[in-house]
Amino acid sequence: MQQLIEKLKTAALAEIAAAGDERGLDEVRVRYLGKKGELTAQLKGIGQLPPAERPHAGQWINQAKAVLQEALDARRIALQGATLDQALAEERIDVTLPGRGRGRGGRHPVTRTLERLEDIFSSMGFEVAEGPEIEDEFHNFEALNIPASHPARAMHDTFYLPGQLLLRTHTSPVQVRYMQAHQPPFRIIAPGRVYRCDSDATHTPMFHQVEGLMVGPAVSFADLKGTLLEFLEHYFDRRIRLRLRPSYFPFTEPSAEVDIGCVMCDGAGCRVCKRTGWLEILGCGMVHPEVFRHVGIDAEENTGFAFGIGVERLAMLRYGVDDLRLYFENDLAFLEQFD
Amino acid sequence: MKFSEHWLRAWVNPKMDSDALAHLLTMAGLEVAAVEPAAGPLEKIVVGRVREVASHPDADRLRVCQVDAGVHGIVRVVCGAPNVQVGMAAPLALPGASIGGNTIRRSKLRGVESGGMLCSASELDLGEGADGLLRLDGARAGTPLAEHLQTDDRVIEIELTPNRGDCLSIAGVAREVSALSRTRLRPPKLRPVPAASRARFPVRLDNPEGCPLYAGRVIKGINPRARTPDWMRERLRRGGQRSLGPLVDVTNYVMLELGQPMHAFDLDKLKGGIRVRNSCAGESLELLDGSQARLDDDRTLLIADDNGPLALAGIMGGAASAVGDRTRNLFLESACFDPVRIGLRARALGLVTESAYRFERGVSPDLQRLAMERATALLLEIVGGTAGPVIEARAKSFPPQPRAIRLRLAQAERLLGMPLKAKDVVAGLGRLGVRLKETGAGSWQALAPAHRPDLEQEWDLIEEIARLEGLDRIPERVPRGDLQATTVPETRLAERRVRQLLADRDFREVVTYSFIDPQRAAAICPDEKPLVLDNPISQELSVMRASLWPGLLGCIEYNRNRQQRRLRLFESGRVFLRAGGELRQPRHVAAAICGERLAAQWDGEAGDADFYDLKGDLQALLDLAGAGEAEFLPEPHPALHPGKCARVRAGGRDLGWLGCLHPALQKTLDLGVDIVLFELDLELLLERPLPAYAAISRFPANRRDLAVVVDANQAAAGVAAVIRKHAGEALTKLELFDVYRGKGIDSTKKSLAFGLTLQALSRTLTDRDVDEILARVIQGLRNDLGAELRNSN
Repeated sequence: MQQLIEKLKTAALAEIAAAGDERGLDEVRVRYLGKKGELTAQLKGIGQLPPAERPHAGQWINQAKAVLQEALDARRIALQGATLDQALAEERIDVTLPGRGRGRGGRHPVTRTLERLEDIFSSMGFEVAEGPEIEDEFHNFEALNIPASHPARAMHDTFYLPGQLLLRTHTSPVQVRYMQAHQPPFRIIAPGRVYRCDSDATHTPMFHQVEGLMVGPAVSFADLKGTLLEFLEHYFDRRIRLRLRPSYFPFTEPSAEVDIGCVMCDGAGCRVCKRTGWLEILGCGMVHPEVFRHVGIDAEENTGFAFGIGVERLAMLRYGVDDLRLYFENDLAFLEQFD
Repeated sequence: MKFSEHWLRAWVNPKMDSDALAHLLTMAGLEVAAVEPAAGPLEKIVVGRVREVASHPDADRLRVCQVDAGVHGIVRVVCGAPNVQVGMAAPLALPGASIGGNTIRRSKLRGVESGGMLCSASELDLGEGADGLLRLDGARAGTPLAEHLQTDDRVIEIELTPNRGDCLSIAGVAREVSALSRTRLRPPKLRPVPAASRARFPVRLDNPEGCPLYAGRVIKGINPRARTPDWMRERLRRGGQRSLGPLVDVTNYVMLELGQPMHAFDLDKLKGGIRVRNSCAGESLELLDGSQARLDDDRTLLIADDNGPLALAGIMGGAASAVGDRTRNLFLESACFDPVRIGLRARALGLVTESAYRFERGVSPDLQRLAMERATALLLEIVGGTAGPVIEARAKSFPPQPRAIRLRLAQAERLLGMPLKAKDVVAGLGRLGVRLKETGAGSWQALAPAHRPDLEQEWDLIEEIARLEGLDRIPERVPRGDLQATTVPETRLAERRVRQLLADRDFREVVTYSFIDPQRAAAICPDEKPLVLDNPISQELSVMRASLWPGLLGCIEYNRNRQQRRLRLFESGRVFLRAGGELRQPRHVAAAICGERLAAQWDGEAGDADFYDLKGDLQALLDLAGAGEAEFLPEPHPALHPGKCARVRAGGRDLGWLGCLHPALQKTLDLGVDIVLFELDLELLLERPLPAYAAISRFPANRRDLAVVVDANQAAAGVAAVIRKHAGEALTKLELFDVYRGKGIDSTKKSLAFGLTLQALSRTLTDRDVDEILARVIQGLRNDLGAELRNSN
């Protein structure tokens, strides 16, 4: 009896191993373990054995069944795996082909720079203010202590429009408008387009400025320097050396031109800094009492600083752009380098 | 302003080299723009004295000269200069010298050997005027030219800010250097020249506000053949002035030296007396530069005599009364003019001369007499003659009294943000010539010197203190302030978010000029009369844009010319409108697309972008702005295709336009491609509602599809509106998923297929409910639009 069962088991195991697919495997299962299967038949025949042999026989058969079931399961998993592998192999695609649909565009580098400036100054508590680009003489000049007779008027290369209007030559008129409408303390920046009647390799008739203004009971030149240094170090993401040269703007006093140690060559001297090691970066100063008088702010109670930054220049230094005119040609090959 | 470093050092000689001196000036606000050698190397060029001049045997225009070159012996030189003369001294370039990049060699000129070259000023870069050899004075033959002309000098060029007119002279810069470097000032001794005759010429001031002081002097019997000495000509040249004969040169020299512009008249051409007056209508004057000044107003200050205008006061002299090489007797002018008047007229006339430039920036009222004496002394030395007394006419208010300025140490410390020492302040301002009288602890009354009219009030003095301390000494301190939030309302959409959305949706941002070509402006916005610039850069940039489209179309043109076919561009910025007579400058956002819908695809053509591509982007933008329900009304726009054009409206307001560029315009603008555009008023987009929660139904939704046949020109939005109206609030979603024209449908009709999602908030809709709603909708479509259900077969 035992030998017979052992023989059946061996034969079945061989057939399981030989089964090429799941259907074949199932046929083997039915042949041995099905209702009419050979091992099942043995189990049914146990009753006809002598009573002493029955327990042993039952044990042998059940053991054989268990072994076969295990082999069947293992073989099934193996066969299923192979089928899947084959299907997967057939479904392989070229993952290096480009993705479908449209890509992404991008912001103009001037916008990118403006937004960065806004972010840095906003984080320092500066509010963003705006003003018109077609201005009048009062806001662009007179309130800024530049009367018609002032030599500085000639230096502004102003575009004029009929009706005593002009294109603002700087963002400073926004200062005036803001101060007329608010009482100190306040701190603002005013980004935007400005216009000068000048066009050559280093001048475009339109460009962008960011004006800064802080007014309060004890705002000092030291605060101005601290603010500029903080801003510049965040803008360039690095340590910056500041150098201030006395200068003259009718609407600030004392006034200064601000140089920074060249960010291209670290002050060693290069083409960008014209071998001086310094880059002229912005103009600034303490708000002139005459400006306070024009907007009705008490110059004894308040002091303030103001600065004006050329945005194209900052973007040139940050991204290595070497020709101002590129900004307004809008060549896709240029624009695609920014986002 | 440019000047010779030697000349400056003759006045003040601090112990520092040129670079340090330049740095000192720059850091004090007198920005040094350039420091350049006064001349080229001038090697192997010596003073040569012409001993003999003979004609050339084979050339009419050439002369054969024997030139004494001192230690270099006698040199034979073949020379073509018309002014070569026996006895004259001129630069002689010996073999090996370099002239204009060529090396001088011994050579034969038309058969005669020449051992060098006699040179003109321009050949040596020593000035203009190639009309002959550079005549040298008082030079020993053989002396190296560099030594004779002292060319081991540098020319310093400073860029002065408009407030520092006091530094437009050697004396002014020297004063500043002296104060900054604490070096003693050593001005040349200027003694008054006593009158040697009684010769006078009357002077009258008709306009004492315009000219508070006029000093004149007659000098008679000058030598018309005298020449400007080399040292003076060289200082003038290094100061950027041409030599124009000794009379003009001396006035220019005094201007460069002291800062006082002067004028010399030919006395014999003057009649009666000098009157300083305003111009009268109809007067005109031929100027020194040959131009004709028309004085059609009464605002121009003139120097006139009994015959009429002689000179534009402080700006330029007239041709008729000018000195020349036949002048024997002259009348010198040294006056003080009102800066505002001179500046305005000079700029209005486009004559910002050296003189006007200085008067506009303020010439010190204590200079006129000094300059007159200086010029007289120099003239007598150079051209001889006899000087009369100084004639002066002055306004009652002249000289102006200095204003007392209150100065407080505490205010200076507060403004600069650093502690200051009273004694440093007193000493520093003292060096600048400011007189201080103490009125209390840390408080003074200050009087500014006459040459500093820019020092008018306390802040002006604080600026001087900062300058003397050095701005670098002021500490850097991050300001302290109240921790106030600076956010904008939640319902305010940030403009940058709009730009970001477009950038993320595959648009490139451009920035174009706000002034555009008037023809383009008229083509695109024919109804908007644009603002025209009075003084544009060019005709193509002469009107203010009323739309962003011309700029975008320009960018498309520019990039298409560079082989870019697929373009998706946008811009945001102000436009300038004056509809209704009132100027408005709203911010707009606009986009334009052309070329393929998608960048090259490897699995099939995406086709060219059309109206609906851009409309999809626009709807995303409107959705961002909380205007997702905006209507698109088929209305005409002059720049757009009449059949592919919509006015965008939301919340009862016109937001802008969407459409395809009009084919006629595409042709006129030579754009060769279909372009779809939109432009919206950005301000109207930036206000959006807060999200407001609405209850969500927990009961299942039913979806039914409905295909209806309507007139071909029936707007889909109208059909959707009818469906919404009749379906009622159970309709939670309505999608148009198919538009069909063609086989099976009458050619004047089209089929629209909608998906309706129906759902109730409080219960499950039964099939009967849904059928009822649908029946209502179908009936409604039939009644309102004459629509029929599309046959399902």
